[in-house]
Amino acid sequence: MKNTSKLVSALALAAMTSTPALAGPDEDQLWVNDEIQMVTEVAAPAHMENIDTLYSGWRYRSNETQAIQMDDFENPGFVGVENAMVSWAKVEGDAGESCQSCHGDVESLKGVRAVYPRWNEAAGEVRTLEMQVNDCRVTRMSAEEWGYTSGPMANMLALISSVSRGMPVNVAIDGPAQATWEHGKELYYMRTGQLELSCANCHEDSVGLMVRADHLSQGQINGFPTYRLKNTKLNTVHARFKGCVRDTRAQTYKPGSAEFIALELYVASRGNGLSVEGPSVRN
Amino acid sequence: MASGVKPRVKVPKKATAGDVIKIKSLISHKMESGQRKGKDGNLIPRSIINRFTCEFGGEMVIDVAMDPAISTNPYFQFDAKVPGSGEFVFTWYDDDGDVYTASKSIDAG
Repeated sequence: MKNTSKLVSALALAAMTSTPALAGPDEDQLWVNDEIQMVTEVAAPAHMENIDTLYSGWRYRSNETQAIQMDDFENPGFVGVENAMVSWAKVEGDAGESCQSCHGDVESLKGVRAVYPRWNEAAGEVRTLEMQVNDCRVTRMSAEEWGYTSGPMANMLALISSVSRGMPVNVAIDGPAQATWEHGKELYYMRTGQLELSCANCHEDSVGLMVRADHLSQGQINGFPTYRLKNTKLNTVHARFKGCVRDTRAQTYKPGSAEFIALELYVASRGNGLSVEGPSVRN
Repeated sequence: MASGVKPRVKVPKKATAGDVIKIKSLISHKMESGQRKGKDGNLIPRSIINRFTCEFGGEMVIDVAMDPAISTNPYFQFDAKVPGSGEFVFTWYDDDGDVYTASKSIDAG
Protein backbone atom coordinates (compact mmCIF):
# COMPACT_ATOMS: atom_id res chain seq x y z
CA MET A 1 0.00 0.00 0.00
CA LYS A 2 1.52 3.29 -1.00
CA ASN A 3 1.01 6.52 0.82
CA THR A 4 -0.04 4.50 3.82
CA SER A 5 -0.23 7.19 6.46
CA LYS A 6 -2.23 9.51 4.25
CA LEU A 7 -4.62 6.76 3.29
CA VAL A 8 -5.07 5.59 6.86
CA SER A 9 -5.89 9.06 8.07
CA ALA A 10 -8.30 9.48 5.16
CA LEU A 11 -9.96 6.20 6.08
CA ALA A 12 -10.17 7.20 9.71
CA LEU A 13 -11.82 10.44 8.70
CA ALA A 14 -14.16 8.61 6.37
CA ALA A 15 -15.14 6.30 9.20
CA MET A 16 -15.82 9.26 11.44
CA THR A 17 -17.84 11.17 8.90
CA SER A 18 -19.69 8.40 7.14
CA THR A 19 -22.18 7.59 9.90
CA PRO A 20 -24.61 9.23 10.04
CA ALA A 21 -24.46 10.41 6.46
CA LEU A 22 -23.28 13.98 6.03
CA ALA A 23 -22.06 14.41 9.58
CA GLY A 24 -19.48 17.02 8.78
CA PRO A 25 -17.76 18.95 6.05
CA ASP A 26 -16.42 16.97 3.10
CA GLU A 27 -12.80 16.72 1.99
CA ASP A 28 -13.06 18.64 -1.28
CA GLN A 29 -10.69 21.46 -2.13
CA LEU A 30 -11.93 24.67 -3.69
CA TRP A 31 -10.17 26.02 -6.75
CA VAL A 32 -11.99 28.70 -8.70
CA ASN A 33 -11.31 28.77 -12.47
CA ASP A 34 -8.33 26.48 -11.72
CA GLU A 35 -6.57 29.72 -10.67
CA ILE A 36 -7.61 30.90 -7.24
CA GLN A 37 -7.15 28.47 -4.39
CA MET A 38 -9.53 29.16 -1.53
CA VAL A 39 -8.77 28.32 2.08
CA THR A 40 -11.85 26.42 3.20
CA GLU A 41 -10.34 24.92 6.35
CA VAL A 42 -8.15 26.73 8.86
CA ALA A 43 -7.42 26.82 12.58
CA ALA A 44 -9.94 28.96 14.44
CA PRO A 45 -8.87 32.40 15.69
CA ALA A 46 -7.94 32.66 19.37
CA HIS A 47 -11.18 34.35 20.42
CA MET A 48 -13.33 31.35 19.50
CA GLU A 49 -14.03 29.18 22.49
CA ASN A 50 -16.07 26.28 21.14
CA ILE A 51 -14.71 25.60 17.67
CA ASP A 52 -11.20 24.48 16.77
CA THR A 53 -11.29 24.41 12.98
CA LEU A 54 -13.10 26.75 10.65
CA TYR A 55 -14.79 25.37 7.55
CA SER A 56 -16.24 27.42 4.74
CA GLY A 57 -19.91 26.74 4.04
CA TRP A 58 -18.77 25.48 0.62
CA ARG A 59 -17.50 22.29 2.28
CA TYR A 60 -21.02 21.44 3.49
CA ARG A 61 -22.67 21.67 0.10
CA SER A 62 -23.27 18.88 -2.40
CA ASN A 63 -20.76 18.24 -5.18
CA GLU A 64 -23.16 19.67 -7.75
CA THR A 65 -23.55 22.96 -5.86
CA GLN A 66 -19.81 23.10 -5.20
CA ALA A 67 -19.05 22.72 -8.90
CA ILE A 68 -21.10 25.78 -9.84
CA GLN A 69 -18.85 27.99 -7.74
CA MET A 70 -15.66 26.53 -9.24
CA ASP A 71 -16.18 28.23 -12.58
CA ASP A 72 -17.06 31.92 -12.86
CA PHE A 73 -18.88 31.22 -16.08
CA GLU A 74 -21.29 28.83 -14.41
CA ASN A 75 -21.60 30.92 -11.25
CA PRO A 76 -24.82 32.93 -11.71
CA GLY A 77 -23.49 35.43 -9.14
CA PHE A 78 -21.35 36.76 -11.96
CA VAL A 79 -24.42 37.99 -13.79
CA GLY A 80 -24.69 40.35 -10.79
CA VAL A 81 -21.00 41.22 -11.03
CA GLU A 82 -21.41 42.14 -14.69
CA ASN A 83 -24.43 44.30 -13.90
CA ALA A 84 -22.46 46.01 -11.14
CA MET A 85 -19.66 46.83 -13.60
CA VAL A 86 -22.22 48.88 -15.52
CA SER A 87 -23.25 50.71 -12.30
CA TRP A 88 -19.58 51.18 -11.42
CA ALA A 89 -18.98 53.29 -14.54
CA LYS A 90 -22.38 55.04 -14.52
CA VAL A 91 -22.56 58.68 -13.48
CA GLU A 92 -25.47 59.19 -11.10
CA GLY A 93 -26.61 62.04 -8.88
CA ASP A 94 -26.02 65.79 -8.95
CA ALA A 95 -22.26 65.73 -8.39
CA GLY A 96 -21.59 64.18 -11.80
CA GLU A 97 -19.51 61.39 -10.31
CA SER A 98 -19.44 57.62 -10.67
CA CYS A 99 -17.62 54.99 -8.63
CA GLN A 100 -15.07 54.92 -11.40
CA SER A 101 -14.32 58.65 -11.40
CA CYS A 102 -12.82 58.40 -7.89
CA HIS A 103 -11.69 54.79 -7.61
CA GLY A 104 -10.64 54.08 -11.19
CA ASP A 105 -10.57 50.39 -11.88
CA VAL A 106 -12.40 48.17 -9.41
CA GLU A 107 -9.11 46.34 -8.82
CA SER A 108 -8.15 49.36 -6.68
CA LEU A 109 -10.56 47.99 -4.06
CA LYS A 110 -8.68 44.72 -3.80
CA GLY A 111 -8.51 43.66 -0.16
CA VAL A 112 -11.35 45.90 0.99
CA ARG A 113 -13.92 43.12 1.42
CA ALA A 114 -11.54 41.18 3.66
CA VAL A 115 -11.37 43.84 6.39
CA TYR A 116 -15.00 44.95 6.59
CA PRO A 117 -16.94 45.64 8.84
CA ARG A 118 -14.41 48.14 10.09
CA TRP A 119 -14.12 51.08 12.47
CA ASN A 120 -14.46 54.42 10.68
CA GLU A 121 -12.55 57.05 12.64
CA ALA A 122 -14.17 60.11 11.03
CA ALA A 123 -17.69 58.82 11.58
CA GLY A 124 -16.92 57.31 14.98
CA GLU A 125 -18.72 54.06 14.20
CA VAL A 126 -18.24 50.56 12.86
CA ARG A 127 -19.19 50.54 9.22
CA THR A 128 -20.19 47.71 6.93
CA LEU A 129 -19.30 47.74 3.25
CA GLU A 130 -22.95 48.50 2.45
CA MET A 131 -22.80 51.64 4.61
CA GLN A 132 -19.59 52.69 2.90
CA VAL A 133 -21.13 52.25 -0.56
CA ASN A 134 -24.16 54.31 0.44
CA ASP A 135 -21.93 56.94 2.07
CA CYS A 136 -20.09 57.28 -1.25
CA ARG A 137 -23.36 57.53 -3.12
CA VAL A 138 -24.75 60.25 -0.85
CA THR A 139 -21.74 62.39 0.04
CA ARG A 140 -19.58 61.98 -3.08
CA MET A 141 -22.13 61.43 -5.83
CA SER A 142 -25.16 63.23 -4.36
CA ALA A 143 -27.15 60.25 -5.55
CA GLU A 144 -29.89 58.33 -3.82
CA GLU A 145 -29.00 55.59 -1.37
CA TRP A 146 -29.48 52.03 -2.44
CA GLY A 147 -31.71 49.85 -0.29
CA TYR A 148 -29.54 47.99 2.22
CA THR A 149 -30.33 44.53 0.84
CA SER A 150 -31.46 45.62 -2.64
CA GLY A 151 -30.42 44.06 -5.93
CA PRO A 152 -28.04 46.85 -7.02
CA MET A 153 -26.39 46.80 -3.57
CA ALA A 154 -25.94 43.02 -3.63
CA ASN A 155 -24.49 43.25 -7.14
CA MET A 156 -22.05 46.01 -6.17
CA LEU A 157 -20.91 44.02 -3.13
CA ALA A 158 -20.40 40.99 -5.36
CA LEU A 159 -18.20 43.07 -7.65
CA ILE A 160 -16.17 44.48 -4.75
CA SER A 161 -15.82 41.02 -3.17
CA SER A 162 -14.82 39.38 -6.44
CA VAL A 163 -11.54 41.33 -6.64
CA SER A 164 -10.56 40.17 -3.13
CA ARG A 165 -11.23 36.49 -3.71
CA GLY A 166 -8.67 34.18 -2.18
CA MET A 167 -7.50 36.78 0.35
CA PRO A 168 -7.97 35.84 4.01
CA VAL A 169 -10.77 37.50 5.97
CA ASN A 170 -9.11 39.71 8.55
CA VAL A 171 -11.49 41.98 10.46
CA ALA A 172 -10.17 43.90 13.47
CA ILE A 173 -11.95 43.19 16.74
CA ASP A 174 -9.80 45.20 19.13
CA GLY A 175 -9.40 48.93 19.71
CA PRO A 176 -12.45 51.09 19.02
CA ALA A 177 -14.34 48.20 17.38
CA GLN A 178 -14.21 46.07 20.52
CA ALA A 179 -17.43 47.35 22.11
CA THR A 180 -19.38 46.62 18.91
CA TRP A 181 -17.74 43.20 18.67
CA GLU A 182 -18.74 42.37 22.28
CA HIS A 183 -22.29 43.41 21.47
CA GLY A 184 -22.27 41.14 18.43
CA LYS A 185 -20.97 38.22 20.47
CA GLU A 186 -23.75 38.73 23.00
CA LEU A 187 -26.33 38.66 20.20
CA TYR A 188 -24.77 35.50 18.76
CA TYR A 189 -25.32 33.61 21.99
CA MET A 190 -28.70 35.18 22.81
CA ARG A 191 -31.71 32.91 22.29
CA THR A 192 -34.54 34.54 20.35
CA GLY A 193 -38.06 33.76 19.23
CA GLN A 194 -40.67 31.19 20.15
CA LEU A 195 -38.19 28.43 19.37
CA GLU A 196 -35.64 30.00 21.72
CA LEU A 197 -32.69 29.41 19.47
CA SER A 198 -29.45 31.38 19.35
CA CYS A 199 -27.09 31.43 16.38
CA ALA A 200 -24.83 29.12 18.38
CA ASN A 201 -27.51 26.45 18.90
CA CYS A 202 -27.42 25.62 15.20
CA HIS A 203 -24.02 26.78 14.01
CA GLU A 204 -21.91 25.61 16.98
CA ASP A 205 -23.86 22.95 18.90
CA SER A 206 -25.45 21.27 15.88
CA VAL A 207 -22.99 22.03 13.11
CA GLY A 208 -22.89 19.22 10.54
CA LEU A 209 -26.33 17.88 11.44
CA MET A 210 -29.36 18.08 9.21
CA VAL A 211 -32.24 20.44 9.95
CA ARG A 212 -34.79 18.73 7.74
CA ALA A 213 -33.22 19.01 4.28
CA ASP A 214 -30.51 21.53 5.24
CA HIS A 215 -26.98 20.54 6.14
CA LEU A 216 -25.94 22.91 8.92
CA SER A 217 -22.67 24.73 8.32
CA GLN A 218 -20.76 26.96 10.70
CA GLY A 219 -22.68 29.95 9.40
CA GLN A 220 -19.58 31.62 7.98
CA ILE A 221 -20.10 34.80 5.96
CA ASN A 222 -16.83 34.77 4.00
CA GLY A 223 -18.75 33.85 0.84
CA PHE A 224 -21.21 36.75 0.86
CA PRO A 225 -22.90 38.03 -1.14
CA THR A 226 -24.12 34.54 -1.90
CA TYR A 227 -26.06 33.32 -4.89
CA ARG A 228 -28.68 31.00 -3.43
CA LEU A 229 -30.24 28.37 -5.65
CA LYS A 230 -33.44 28.56 -3.58
CA ASN A 231 -34.20 32.17 -4.46
CA THR A 232 -32.02 32.50 -7.56
CA LYS A 233 -30.47 35.80 -6.57
CA LEU A 234 -27.54 37.30 -4.73
CA ASN A 235 -28.21 37.54 -1.00
CA THR A 236 -26.62 40.00 1.39
CA VAL A 237 -25.44 39.18 4.91
CA HIS A 238 -28.16 41.11 6.70
CA ALA A 239 -30.91 39.57 4.58
CA ARG A 240 -29.54 36.16 5.59
CA PHE A 241 -29.41 37.15 9.28
CA LYS A 242 -32.99 38.29 9.00
CA GLY A 243 -33.99 34.93 7.51
CA CYS A 244 -32.25 33.05 10.32
CA VAL A 245 -33.77 35.14 13.10
CA ARG A 246 -37.20 34.87 11.49
CA ASP A 247 -36.81 31.09 11.46
CA THR A 248 -36.54 31.16 15.25
CA ARG A 249 -40.02 32.76 15.09
CA ALA A 250 -38.82 36.08 16.40
CA GLN A 251 -39.43 39.65 15.35
CA THR A 252 -36.24 40.37 13.44
CA TYR A 253 -33.91 43.32 13.61
CA LYS A 254 -33.85 45.45 10.50
CA PRO A 255 -31.10 45.09 7.89
CA GLY A 256 -28.67 47.93 8.54
CA SER A 257 -29.63 48.14 12.24
CA ALA A 258 -27.01 48.55 14.98
CA GLU A 259 -27.71 44.98 16.12
CA PHE A 260 -27.05 43.41 12.71
CA ILE A 261 -23.93 45.56 12.18
CA ALA A 262 -22.54 44.30 15.49
CA LEU A 263 -23.53 40.73 14.65
CA GLU A 264 -21.92 41.02 11.22
CA LEU A 265 -18.65 42.16 12.78
CA TYR A 266 -18.71 39.27 15.23
CA VAL A 267 -19.65 36.62 12.68
CA ALA A 268 -17.07 37.96 10.21
CA SER A 269 -14.41 37.69 12.94
CA ARG A 270 -15.36 34.03 13.41
CA GLY A 271 -14.20 33.55 9.81
CA ASN A 272 -10.83 35.30 10.19
CA GLY A 273 -8.43 33.20 8.14
CA LEU A 274 -10.91 31.77 5.61
CA SER A 275 -10.73 33.12 2.07
CA VAL A 276 -13.04 35.78 0.72
CA GLU A 277 -15.27 33.76 -1.64
CA GLY A 278 -17.98 36.21 -2.67
CA PRO A 279 -19.94 35.82 -4.80
CA SER A 280 -20.28 32.22 -3.67
CA VAL A 281 -22.95 29.65 -4.53
CA ARG A 282 -25.04 27.93 -1.87
CA ASN A 283 -28.39 26.19 -1.79
CA MET B 1 -39.28 42.09 -23.22
CA ALA B 2 -38.37 40.27 -20.07
CA SER B 3 -36.04 42.45 -18.02
CA GLY B 4 -32.41 41.77 -17.18
CA VAL B 5 -31.81 39.26 -19.96
CA LYS B 6 -28.15 38.87 -20.76
CA PRO B 7 -26.63 36.03 -22.78
CA ARG B 8 -23.13 34.72 -22.04
CA VAL B 9 -21.19 32.15 -24.03
CA LYS B 10 -17.77 30.62 -23.66
CA VAL B 11 -16.00 29.11 -26.66
CA PRO B 12 -12.25 28.44 -26.90
CA LYS B 13 -10.54 31.06 -29.09
CA LYS B 14 -8.29 28.53 -30.79
CA ALA B 15 -8.55 24.90 -31.80
CA THR B 16 -7.26 22.49 -34.41
CA ALA B 17 -9.64 21.47 -37.20
CA GLY B 18 -11.32 18.23 -36.21
CA ASP B 19 -11.01 18.94 -32.48
CA VAL B 20 -13.92 18.36 -30.16
CA ILE B 21 -14.38 21.49 -28.05
CA LYS B 22 -16.52 22.30 -25.03
CA ILE B 23 -19.06 25.09 -25.37
CA LYS B 24 -20.83 26.69 -22.42
CA SER B 25 -23.79 29.04 -22.54
CA LEU B 26 -25.82 30.80 -19.89
CA ILE B 27 -28.58 33.35 -20.23
CA SER B 28 -29.97 35.32 -17.31
CA HIS B 29 -33.73 34.92 -17.47
CA LYS B 30 -36.32 34.47 -14.76
CA MET B 31 -38.08 31.55 -16.56
CA GLU B 32 -41.49 32.16 -15.02
CA SER B 33 -43.30 28.83 -15.30
CA GLY B 34 -46.85 30.15 -15.48
CA GLN B 35 -47.91 27.95 -12.57
CA ARG B 36 -47.02 30.24 -9.68
CA LYS B 37 -49.42 32.65 -8.05
CA GLY B 38 -48.49 36.24 -7.24
CA LYS B 39 -49.25 38.19 -4.05
CA ASP B 40 -52.71 39.03 -5.41
CA GLY B 41 -53.58 35.35 -5.83
CA ASN B 42 -53.63 35.44 -9.61
CA LEU B 43 -51.40 33.31 -11.82
CA ILE B 44 -48.21 34.98 -12.97
CA PRO B 45 -48.21 34.59 -16.76
CA ARG B 46 -45.71 32.18 -18.24
CA SER B 47 -42.57 33.83 -19.58
CA ILE B 48 -39.77 31.49 -20.56
CA ILE B 49 -37.21 30.96 -23.25
CA ASN B 50 -38.69 28.16 -25.32
CA ARG B 51 -35.89 27.39 -27.77
CA PHE B 52 -32.12 27.56 -27.84
CA THR B 53 -30.01 26.96 -30.92
CA CYS B 54 -26.36 27.02 -31.87
CA GLU B 55 -25.24 27.23 -35.48
CA PHE B 56 -21.84 27.03 -37.10
CA GLY B 57 -21.46 28.42 -40.62
CA GLY B 58 -25.19 27.98 -41.29
CA GLU B 59 -25.20 24.40 -40.03
CA MET B 60 -27.22 23.55 -36.93
CA VAL B 61 -25.05 22.26 -34.07
CA ILE B 62 -27.75 21.96 -31.44
CA ASP B 63 -31.44 22.83 -31.32
CA VAL B 64 -33.14 22.58 -27.94
CA ALA B 65 -36.87 22.81 -27.21
CA MET B 66 -37.35 24.17 -23.70
CA ASP B 67 -40.31 23.73 -21.37
CA PRO B 68 -41.54 25.44 -18.19
CA ALA B 69 -39.79 23.06 -15.77
CA ILE B 70 -36.39 24.53 -16.66
CA SER B 71 -35.15 26.77 -13.87
CA THR B 72 -33.89 30.33 -13.79
CA ASN B 73 -30.80 31.31 -15.80
CA PRO B 74 -30.70 28.27 -18.11
CA TYR B 75 -27.22 26.86 -18.64
CA PHE B 76 -26.21 24.55 -21.48
CA GLN B 77 -22.91 22.83 -21.96
CA PHE B 78 -22.18 20.66 -24.99
CA ASP B 79 -19.36 19.38 -27.16
CA ALA B 80 -18.90 20.22 -30.84
CA LYS B 81 -16.44 19.12 -33.47
CA VAL B 82 -14.95 22.09 -35.34
CA PRO B 83 -14.32 21.49 -39.07
CA GLY B 84 -12.31 24.72 -39.41
CA SER B 85 -12.29 28.42 -38.58
CA GLY B 86 -15.67 30.05 -38.37
CA GLU B 87 -18.30 31.55 -36.14
CA PHE B 88 -20.67 29.98 -33.66
CA VAL B 89 -24.01 31.80 -33.52
CA PHE B 90 -26.20 31.27 -30.46
CA THR B 91 -29.89 32.18 -30.45
CA TRP B 92 -32.45 32.16 -27.65
CA TYR B 93 -36.18 32.54 -28.42
CA ASP B 94 -38.33 34.17 -25.74
CA ASP B 95 -42.07 33.49 -25.28
CA ASP B 96 -42.78 37.17 -25.88
CA GLY B 97 -41.24 36.99 -29.37
CA ASP B 98 -37.88 38.47 -28.44
CA VAL B 99 -34.80 36.83 -29.87
CA TYR B 100 -31.43 37.17 -28.17
CA THR B 101 -28.25 36.33 -30.02
CA ALA B 102 -24.57 36.03 -29.28
CA SER B 103 -21.71 34.90 -31.46
CA LYS B 104 -18.13 33.75 -30.96
CA SER B 105 -15.56 33.07 -33.63
CA ILE B 106 -13.00 30.34 -33.38
CA ASP B 107 -9.64 30.13 -35.10
CA ALA B 108 -9.04 26.54 -36.22
CA GLY B 109 -6.54 27.04 -39.01
